[in-house]
Amino acid sequence: MRDLSEKLRCLVCQNQTLADSPAELAQDLRRQLREQVAAGRSDEQILGYMVQRYGDFVLYEPPFKPTTLLLWVGPFILLAAAAFILVSTLRRRRRQPEEPALSPDDKRLVERVLGPSPPPERDGRAR
Amino acid sequence: MVARMTRFLLPIAVFILLIGFLAAGLKLDPREVPSPLVGKPAPAFDLPVLLQPDKRFAPRDMRGKVWLLNVWASWCVSCREEHPVLVELSKKGVLPILGLNYKDKGDDARRWLAQFGNPYQLSAVDADGRIGIDYGVYGVPETYVIDGNGVIRYKQIGPITPAMLEEKILPLAMALKK
Repeated sequence: MRDLSEKLRCLVCQNQTLADSPAELAQDLRRQLREQVAAGRSDEQILGYMVQRYGDFVLYEPPFKPTTLLLWVGPFILLAAAAFILVSTLRRRRRQPEEPALSPDDKRLVERVLGPSPPPERDGRAR
Repeated sequence: MVARMTRFLLPIAVFILLIGFLAAGLKLDPREVPSPLVGKPAPAFDLPVLLQPDKRFAPRDMRGKVWLLNVWASWCVSCREEHPVLVELSKKGVLPILGLNYKDKGDDARRWLAQFGNPYQLSAVDADGRIGIDYGVYGVPETYVIDGNGVIRYKQIGPITPAMLEEKILPLAMALKK
């Protein structure tokens, strides 16, 4: 019974489950649940009874249907899109050329201030 | 220069798209739960009549007519808002209005009608709210437009305003009568 009432939404206090809501309609609906459970109806039958009268919104967890596909899958799509943009941006940055080498005047200025620069590494990268 | 500007176009386009969604979403009211009963037969019931204790009412009594079922209660403050609109409508005699007195006490209900006017052909008494549950009632007032075949064609959530009557309810009722 607790399970069932936690699967349904209180339509008055719409962010609460039927289990938690103090609203009078919630009390009435919990009484309905109790009676139907006592009459031996299955969970699917009871939830179906509620949806028939109040629509999908009465289910606390939206059902997975064609109309709610975007709701369920949307966040994952956005996450994938963000990851894709991140990866392609990083890749683009790495492919950019190195900083151009210093002009001879600038090189002389640097050597005056810092002392002579060591010879470049074998692979051509300046240290 | 143009190449530089196109870098900004994508975020701006996404931003405009999100603004569009936000604008559309802000117009929606989560309190309005659309009824799955529109287009389905009005659930049957058999209830006592408020002002005529030896009589009973069932929706099939209204077969062949287009009518309004208005869910009301003496404890409902919003009902007072729409009540004058219903009283006016009842005087015109174009559309029968039947009440469903929801989770109310007989004395309170009778007193309320005496005080504020009675637009109802009759009011059926749903003392424990079970019929309300069958009709998907989750707040009061709510009003249903029911056609000659007993099918619910429209559900109004909240008080009926004159604008609502003029724009939605009366045109629908006239169309259904043909």
